[in-house]
Amino acid sequence: MKDPAERGLRESATFDRATIAAIQHAARTGVYDIRGWGAKRAVPHFDDLLVLGASMSRYPLEGYRERCDTDVVLGDRHATRPLHLDIPVTIAGMSFGALSAQAKEALGRGASEVGTSTTTGDGGMTDEERGESKTLVYQLLPSRYGMNPDHLRAADAIEVVLGQGAKPGGGGMLLGQKISDRVAEMRTLPPGIDQRSACRHPDWTGPDDLAIKIGELREITDWEKPIYVKVGATRTYYDVKLAVAAGADVVVVDGMQGGTAATQEVFIEHVGIPILAAIPQAAQALQELGVHRKVQLIVSGGIRTGADVAKAMALGADAVAIGTAALIALGDNDPQYAAEYEALGSGAGYYDDFQDGRDPAGITTQDPELSARLDPVEGGRRVANYLRVLTMEAQTLARACGKGHVRHLEPEDLVALTIEAAAMARVPLAGTSWIPGRGL
Amino acid sequence: MAALSRAEADARSPVVFDLHETTVRALNAELHAPSATSYEVLHPQGAHSLGAGIHDEIDVAIRGHAGYFCAGMNQLGRVVVDGSAGNGVAENMMSGSVRVRGDASQSAGATGRGGLLVIEGSASMRCGISMKGIDIVVGGSVGPMSAFMAQAGRLVVCGDAGDGLGDSIYEARLYVRGTVGTLGADCVEKPLRDEHVAELTELLDAAGLDHRPEGFRRFGSARGLYHFTGDHGSY
Repeated sequence: MKDPAERGLRESATFDRATIAAIQHAARTGVYDIRGWGAKRAVPHFDDLLVLGASMSRYPLEGYRERCDTDVVLGDRHATRPLHLDIPVTIAGMSFGALSAQAKEALGRGASEVGTSTTTGDGGMTDEERGESKTLVYQLLPSRYGMNPDHLRAADAIEVVLGQGAKPGGGGMLLGQKISDRVAEMRTLPPGIDQRSACRHPDWTGPDDLAIKIGELREITDWEKPIYVKVGATRTYYDVKLAVAAGADVVVVDGMQGGTAATQEVFIEHVGIPILAAIPQAAQALQELGVHRKVQLIVSGGIRTGADVAKAMALGADAVAIGTAALIALGDNDPQYAAEYEALGSGAGYYDDFQDGRDPAGITTQDPELSARLDPVEGGRRVANYLRVLTMEAQTLARACGKGHVRHLEPEDLVALTIEAAAMARVPLAGTSWIPGRGL
Repeated sequence: MAALSRAEADARSPVVFDLHETTVRALNAELHAPSATSYEVLHPQGAHSLGAGIHDEIDVAIRGHAGYFCAGMNQLGRVVVDGSAGNGVAENMMSGSVRVRGDASQSAGATGRGGLLVIEGSASMRCGISMKGIDIVVGGSVGPMSAFMAQAGRLVVCGDAGDGLGDSIYEARLYVRGTVGTLGADCVEKPLRDEHVAELTELLDAAGLDHRPEGFRRFGSARGLYHFTGDHGSY
């Protein structure tokens, strides 16, 4: 049969095929859609920015001869043992439970190989992860699954998670098919149940309490560990100011494109703001408080390339974090599993059913046979390769702008291709000096 | 279950930390690498994080009121507060024991994974929220939303329980001697069988509270929220 478009049929922009399928699914099941991944809708992003390389008015650095450093110190505001990372690209928090133990180990191996950090998630710290991660950030989440003071002391930094970009204001989910006996034991839950994490912390409410909570974490760890505060990008300007006031050493801002293991589709696509819109707000908040570069800013949510890294840092970030991209580097959505993705009702390049535990690539699953498909050593090598490419790409762009360190990139090095991106990123529309909202 | 060894502690000569003269940081640094087995804290004056992060079998007596997160994440330590305690006393406790001779504020014993928390007075809202194996015995009453999302462990309330008790509870067991305002979602009353009388007797003995176990009612999960369906209005 000919393609409907070729037959002159017109698809509704409002009721497109995905929308029609969602309505049909809701009518058939009475249950809303839960899936993984992040926002799939098009939003203003780093692709809408361009880097202004040097020419007459700026002096570039030689690509093979002149240094362009990439190291970053995180958490030296209060902690006696801040992190010293070789590259400004870190691995974002993803739980054991959401991911297989092999995937967590591979992420740790990859990060360690290139001198950066990885992060636990809403399921506690595994031995594999700690063992293979030179620098490991331990998350304190509302659920407190597996929270253990021994792990706090064993961690290199602590991240207090208030929210994530895929679901600001929402808690985690892990459906029963992924609550294996090991996951259940770590989380103190019955095996096989559909689990929903709390969205609010159980023992503090509001920024004043958070300051006291951070004080407790510092006391427990004898003021050694950097304390991060992670927020989903929404009212970023205010959230960052409050996080700093609460005592954060590092603020992590996760945009709406940030991934999740399992969340309601309506949440993923309709809550939060793009990371492009959040970074300038965060940088402004830090600058107004006089702590930009003193309280470090890590941003995440849709980082894919070294260009994204460079642009995020030019807008004011000290480092970035990757999640979805790291899973893709591990083998997620690999065409070699195309037939299996299709058998699951999806396809390579489309697969987002991280919640159902049948990931052919062995990454977002607890199934022993599927998990065994992922070799942590090989996976770690792939992640390390990818992190190196991101770093070299960011260095390439920084050198082109005449910067001896990727952190020296600045908003002045960027222009925007669209009015929307110019307004959000607060850089001029290309070829003009116009930043929407700031007049001419 | 670690019963408090008060007599044993009294027999030793405690190391004294007077918070008029030193800091919480100095106190906690010593408690994290103890050179003694028994400590006494004078003039706490509601300071936060007193005794947070203890991980040795030591006795700590706090002579006065404690602020937030007293004995937070305690492991093995035996802590007594001769006064009242602020928000999150013994939060995420792993083992050992904490006794509050006065009242406790919100989120007492939150997310605790082991050990025994005794509150001789009453506890405010969210007592035992998200508890994961801790035992909590409250001599008085508990406020609303106590044992919210309680996963494991036992909460004994010798007085009354406020509204929303045990909302979205998993496998924790709740015992209440007085009245219950309302039960939270999926929390139901269950029969008090012999094994429950036995464990209540054990818990009350450990807490040093003299009540007839048969006078308590038991509450737990109906397990109706364990699998998401379209029938759950809030899901």
